[in-house]
Amino acid sequence: MAHRTRERPRGPVAWAVLGVSVVTVAALLLLPLVVVFVEAFREGPARWVSAVSSPDTVSALKLTGLVLALVVPFHLVFGVAAAWLLTRYDFPGKGIVLTLVDLPFAVSPVVSGLLFVLLFGARGFFGPWLIDHGIRIVYAVPGIVLATLFVTLPFVTRELVPLLDAQGREEEEAAASLGAGAMHILFRVTLPRIKWGVLYGGVLCAARAAGEFGAVSVVSGQLRGETVTLPLHVEVRYDEYAFVDAFAVATLLAFSGLATLGFKAWLEERARRAMRTTGESG
Amino acid sequence: MAVTSVVLLTLVAVPLSALVLTVLRASSDAIVRAATDPRTLAACALSFGASAAAAFLCAPLGLAVAWSLARWDFPGRRVLDALIDIPFALPTSVSGIALTALCAPTGWVGACFVPLGIDLAFTRVGIVIALLFTGLPFVVRTVQPVIEDLPRDVEEAAASLGASPAQAFRRVLLPSVLPALMTGTTLAFARSLGEYGSVVFIAGNMPMRTEVAPLRVLAHLENYDYVSAAVVAVEMLVASAGLLLAVNLVQRRLVHRGTSNA
Repeated sequence: MAHRTRERPRGPVAWAVLGVSVVTVAALLLLPLVVVFVEAFREGPARWVSAVSSPDTVSALKLTGLVLALVVPFHLVFGVAAAWLLTRYDFPGKGIVLTLVDLPFAVSPVVSGLLFVLLFGARGFFGPWLIDHGIRIVYAVPGIVLATLFVTLPFVTRELVPLLDAQGREEEEAAASLGAGAMHILFRVTLPRIKWGVLYGGVLCAARAAGEFGAVSVVSGQLRGETVTLPLHVEVRYDEYAFVDAFAVATLLAFSGLATLGFKAWLEERARRAMRTTGESG
Repeated sequence: MAVTSVVLLTLVAVPLSALVLTVLRASSDAIVRAATDPRTLAACALSFGASAAAAFLCAPLGLAVAWSLARWDFPGRRVLDALIDIPFALPTSVSGIALTALCAPTGWVGACFVPLGIDLAFTRVGIVIALLFTGLPFVVRTVQPVIEDLPRDVEEAAASLGASPAQAFRRVLLPSVLPALMTGTTLAFARSLGEYGSVVFIAGNMPMRTEVAPLRVLAHLENYDYVSAAVVAVEMLVASAGLLLAVNLVQRRLVHRGTSNA
């Protein structure tokens, strides 16, 4: 692999390209982030505190926490199982499985939410049956969890498939020939080697689960204090012209987004360093 | 094996077949009426047009940013690199209200355009700005690793054969970056077609003028008109699938031409 060192930009063309890049990123990507904090603290820190500690915000925070607590562990297990299946076994229809795993990324969030309304909504396929039995899925918490499960499906699997592919099966086969069972191999041989990948995929999954707006807004019904997650609460307050409140809640989400970015950068740096040391010894 | 299949079936396959079945069970009259509803057609045309405009702007801007990050060393490079992921990290409702606050006539950016008589927020321009925001990281993150891996000797060879930097860029570098640039731009385009959260706040949502396709789905759902909602959803899915397929074909031809030239 050609090892390229970066050089200082030379000549007017280079400086112009760099200038356009910096202005684009600053104006288009950085300014929106800055404006969130400026608007949130427009009326001082006390106002911010009262906005983020209001009962509605707290209940939204709790709901988002509940969604995270259900969705992330589910996808950690499913992601490892699916990636294991896709990289360790050959079976007819593998392409279909891969497509189904990737599909939620290709579907509009609004359409993702719609799918669950068509199934469980009042006029959906299971709607009449659910009404007869007094079960609410859409416009209730189960629908929010289902829609979030759907949109976050690809994250962990996508992270692990290339990792498991690159690793090969030799060590697992060695363990098997020494009499280790499948579970034993999974927990003692495979998982320890992909744990950072699992963590990385889990973090991306959690970030999306906490921040999903489109799909959740379709199935939520916006019942205050019941089915309003944090990203929805931002919209609710904004639509009520309570702009400072909306931006104050938005800072919570922006903070967690920034923390995710920082964590992601740290993990990538770690991986790069690990690759460099193995590259030197190998 | 069993776990994976059960999850994929219940979570993806069954919901998706619900969409197909809803459309199949409906009367053809209802489907035609939903598909040709002028408000829906206007919304689909707007989503497609605005996404195309944003994608075509994203391509050169994304290429410039990716090039700067991959090639040059300058103070703040790592910060710039980290900032690219902001649209992935912010929930769309947060970016939506932030972009609206910026572009409103009283906002930092919007105020600069008031003397020119240009309204950014609550117009189609605002929609394109929001789609630029969500689309740019797709282009940068697809193109950046390809530029980083370009072998330097090719450029040096071009230069030693008398090519000017501009010629080297156009004839040697651009062709090797082009497939990735197309992939990134298509990803941005496809994402824009279904974008909802970052667009609804800035769009103004005026029927026939600034209403995007995903909003039609929601409007139909509010009236419990599941068939019409499903028809719009299928239209959106067909549009983005067709787009991805078309780009795949063009790309295959590009790669093919590249290898046959070599």
